[in-house]
Amino acid sequence: MKRTALLLATLSLPAFAHAGEIWVTNEKDDTISVIDTDKLEVVRTIETGERPRGITFNSDYTRVYICASDSDTVQVMDPKTGEILHDLPSGEDPEQFVLAPDDKHLWIANENDAVTTVVDVDTRAVVGQIDVGIEPEGMAISPDGKIVITTSETTNMAHWIDADTKKIFANTLVDSRPRHAEFAKSGTELWVSAEIGGTVTVFDVATQKEKKKIRFEIKGVNSDLIQPVGFEFTPDNKTVFIALGPANHVAVVNADTFEVEGYVLVGRRVWHMAFSPDHKKLFTTNGVSGDVTVIDVATREPVKSIKVGRFPWGAAMRP
Amino acid sequence: MSVDAVSIAPPETERLPRARPFVALVAILQREALRFLGQKGRLVAALVRPLVWLFVFAAGFRAALGLSITPPYQTYVTYEIYIVPGLTGMILLFNGMQSSLSLVYDREMGSMRLLLTAPLPRWWLLFCRLLAGSLISILQAYAFLAIAWLYGIRFPWIGYVTALPALALAALMLGALGLLLSSLIRQLENFAGVMNFVIFPMFFLSSALYPLWKMAEASPFLRDLCAANPFTHAVELIRFALYAKGNLLAFGVTTGAFVLFAAAAVWGYDPARGFTARKA
Repeated sequence: MKRTALLLATLSLPAFAHAGEIWVTNEKDDTISVIDTDKLEVVRTIETGERPRGITFNSDYTRVYICASDSDTVQVMDPKTGEILHDLPSGEDPEQFVLAPDDKHLWIANENDAVTTVVDVDTRAVVGQIDVGIEPEGMAISPDGKIVITTSETTNMAHWIDADTKKIFANTLVDSRPRHAEFAKSGTELWVSAEIGGTVTVFDVATQKEKKKIRFEIKGVNSDLIQPVGFEFTPDNKTVFIALGPANHVAVVNADTFEVEGYVLVGRRVWHMAFSPDHKKLFTTNGVSGDVTVIDVATREPVKSIKVGRFPWGAAMRP
Repeated sequence: MSVDAVSIAPPETERLPRARPFVALVAILQREALRFLGQKGRLVAALVRPLVWLFVFAAGFRAALGLSITPPYQTYVTYEIYIVPGLTGMILLFNGMQSSLSLVYDREMGSMRLLLTAPLPRWWLLFCRLLAGSLISILQAYAFLAIAWLYGIRFPWIGYVTALPALALAALMLGALGLLLSSLIRQLENFAGVMNFVIFPMFFLSSALYPLWKMAEASPFLRDLCAANPFTHAVELIRFALYAKGNLLAFGVTTGAFVLFAAAAVWGYDPARGFTARKA
């Protein structure tokens, strides 16, 4: 009998081990909701500093960094215990950040100060501050860690920063209120979303020239409501899912042809998203409706919406 | 013939062959099928109404009312997806009422009287008539679901199978209501009253077009009216069944309403006690 029970327990282990987590910051609740990617339900709620927004894990998932915007700090948490280990000096009102591939430096956009702050996560010291445009928000770093991008919402620019010298080497205009940036295709392309402009601009990284501008049109939805914000690429970089804010849809775009292949209905005011560890499910944070919609990546159909805290914003995956 | 011989003779109906009730059923089904096939425009007319709602009304409200997470939905659905079970119910509702109209017509023409004089229990004859009308309703409902599928509104394939008993029960319930109404209506001209006082309130005061929580936002009283409407439960039964899910409350209310309407219709058609007695 005991042997059978042990065997059953052993057999059930691999399935359990594959379950991942999606960590969602709730900016009005000052909490993180942890969603089990198999059960599709909230399994933990963890308190954070005030107005948590940007969230990211280090490469071995032993630390999670949280932008606590209204606490003017970046919090470092042990994801196992949910304990805040310490704060990092982030500058005022940190909204988004990006961790360098070597896990050493955190590049933080300080929305109210118009600067990008570079923090050494080991020494917890500010090692650089770069003046950028007004209301910086989107942050991206190239896969080789050499180029950092800050987008400024009011200046409507993407600032290209040399990671070694910590100096801007190029500025490119984008459409109104750029909010998110990502490198794609081994760092040869930079994608920037413009919330008010309603577009996503693709740049050639080598020349910093615009390669393509993607526009969106949803049947029955006013074009003013189409406001692209966060986006995520599939691992093969062939498809990109783009959150369209108050349009309550996520666009599915072919990253090779730049054609919009479809739209997925999600909750109200969709901000950001994260894939499950196996990349079969995509989790979108829906700010106004206070939930997370799960999209089946293969069928591109929404399968479930999960209630989380108030105004969910950022999302990050933990395997 | 002696008195004893008369007393031991079985009643006329008992000597009828056992298969006769089914002969009557087949005959009534054939008659309704022939009538349906003879009226080529009827299927088109039955489908045009919900299709206009789907293609025009639902498209217009797509953005405004496109959000609703109420069971059986697990995530947000477009208004077009929400409205399809309600429009399927609409087909059953209108067809149930149309059967009532044709019953009144049959009574005026005399063919109903002829049918009711058949040597079979009256409830059986009425049930045959109800079954025939319901089968036609179900065919129309599936034709509508097929067009919706082509339009891009698709349910899990198993849902099209599990919807059959739900559609059958809803069609029987609404057909029984039509039967009851036909026993109350004296003349064909009075049918306009049925439209105004039965069909429209039943349709609009239901969850066919808006979820009940949306109604509650406008008025809790309206929501309560909708919750008491058996058509709401018929629609919810279809909605859940299209996702291969059950809804015990909707099933209970729809079944209860069917039994109630059917019993009242049988009573109404009883020449000794029912509504027809008073009209005579």
